[in-house]
Amino acid sequence: MDTLLQVKDLGFSYDGSRQIFKNISFEVRAGEIVCLLGPNGIGKTTLLNCLARLREPLEGSVLLNGEEMANLPARNIAQTIGYVPQTLLPSFDYTVLEYVVTGNAPWLDTFEKPGPEHYQRAEEALEQMAISHLAQKPYTRISTGELQQVSIARAIAQKARLILMDEPTAHLDYGNQLKVLRLIKDLSAKGYAVVLTTHNPDQVLLLDAKTAVIDQQSIFHFGAWQDVLTEELITAMYGVPLRLIKVEGIDRMVSVAPGL
Amino acid sequence: MLLLLGVFLSLSLGRYSNDPGKVLNVILSKLGLNIPVDPAMISVVFNIRLPRVLASVMIGAMLSLSGAVYQSVFRNPLVSPDLLGVSSGAAVGASAAILLGAGLATRQIFAFAGGILAVFVTSLVPRLLRNRSNMMLVLSGIIVGGFLSSVLAIMKFVAEEQTELASIVYWQLGSLASILGRELWAILPVFLVCSTLLLLLSWRVNILSFGDLEARTLGVNVRQVRTIVIICASLLTASAVSISGTIGWVGLVIPHLSRLLSGSDNTRSMPITLLIGAIFMLLIDTLARTVSSVEIPLSILTGFVGAPLYALLLYKQRTRLE
Repeated sequence: MDTLLQVKDLGFSYDGSRQIFKNISFEVRAGEIVCLLGPNGIGKTTLLNCLARLREPLEGSVLLNGEEMANLPARNIAQTIGYVPQTLLPSFDYTVLEYVVTGNAPWLDTFEKPGPEHYQRAEEALEQMAISHLAQKPYTRISTGELQQVSIARAIAQKARLILMDEPTAHLDYGNQLKVLRLIKDLSAKGYAVVLTTHNPDQVLLLDAKTAVIDQQSIFHFGAWQDVLTEELITAMYGVPLRLIKVEGIDRMVSVAPGL
Repeated sequence: MLLLLGVFLSLSLGRYSNDPGKVLNVILSKLGLNIPVDPAMISVVFNIRLPRVLASVMIGAMLSLSGAVYQSVFRNPLVSPDLLGVSSGAAVGASAAILLGAGLATRQIFAFAGGILAVFVTSLVPRLLRNRSNMMLVLSGIIVGGFLSSVLAIMKFVAEEQTELASIVYWQLGSLASILGRELWAILPVFLVCSTLLLLLSWRVNILSFGDLEARTLGVNVRQVRTIVIICASLLTASAVSISGTIGWVGLVIPHLSRLLSGSDNTRSMPITLLIGAIFMLLIDTLARTVSSVEIPLSILTGFVGAPLYALLLYKQRTRLE
């Protein structure tokens, strides 16, 4: 399969002395889902931002389509990588369509404006997310769940083949959380690669995803969840007893607390 | 169309004569038609009224457009050239040039330097305090503006009463009464170049208004685009201030009004802002010179019209501002 992203010995530090993480190496291929799993404050978002070149790593390298990302212009990176932030903080009430059409930015020159074909691409992205009915609504006046979908629609309009999502379920109620996970599954089936951060081990199991974990000893683990996730690991990671159990009837593994 | 009609009507109004028919005759005769006209009327229309009308149109457009740009780039619908200290900075620069006895070109350069320095300091304060909220930027603008008005006060204090002080005070109130043709030529290139650049970049301004991080994920060279856009907006404000003095409210109210009419997308709202700003300023300046026998300073009128208009707009937008 087509390798989009190669991370090699990546390390990061905010102040140059205390390392947030180091020795991170993994690959992301087209159609794969990778979960960066861990409790809050461990550096998941920082790692995700390093992958989008929003932060500069202290050491190591990230290759995008085989090319060193540090040498690529922001525009080229954005032609492959879409970023769905945890929250959007709108300051002007653009319509959903006006917002999604900005996904065309990496494909246009600085002085160029989007034409009919770019609006059409935005409309198709809305259609794919089944939110065409929102097109003319101000994006300040839709629910957080809808805003999340709009944000993903923009990544699709961007023709990004790799979509990075920072805690895509963080601000959603339970039903919408599952819907977004379903969407991520669909994206992967269509050939998009998705890298997301989450603090919920059960989401990894639901998505049947590859898992990246930094454990208590700052050692990085990566692989299929079956190879990485153990009861010992997640119990140590979250500091509370957790079990991985196969549930009869739904035929899947779940991660649950045995009690309080 | 509305703008052209406004220009014509404004040309027709004034102390010398209020007959649009005569003005039409004057214009037609200038275009080569053989119509008998009053030579004094030609002089009134072309030497006195026309520069003033063109100046008000340009200044209205410049202040409104730069206001719209600042609001988007600083992600803050509450800012304007006045609030960010750009106008005060430009006024301090222009006053310094007056004190030094410098000519028009120097005054423009000083006004621009003062304006850009002020906007730089204003945007620096929230960064230094690591608090990038909208409120912080507004407060920072108040600090910078307050400091600059003290600087301006010192300049007035040391200025020579008869000549320099009068010139400085005239700036502060904002007036187009003694606008000259050559002053127009001095700001015309700035107006044309900066407005064109800003209108060309209007879609990128949308993206800048999402914030740095989001703009970068869309592959936009944030630093480059933002620098161009802020320099253009500051040049527009400073040039306007250098010939007309500080005129409040226009840069705040007109962009709001335009967004209400055309939606927030800058590719549509920026051209509309430019037009409405031009029409608004033309109207205000025409009022200023016709309502009473004495010239009314522009800032007084824009305040009287702008403040209630702003209150009305806030009322209409109250649900969106939560």
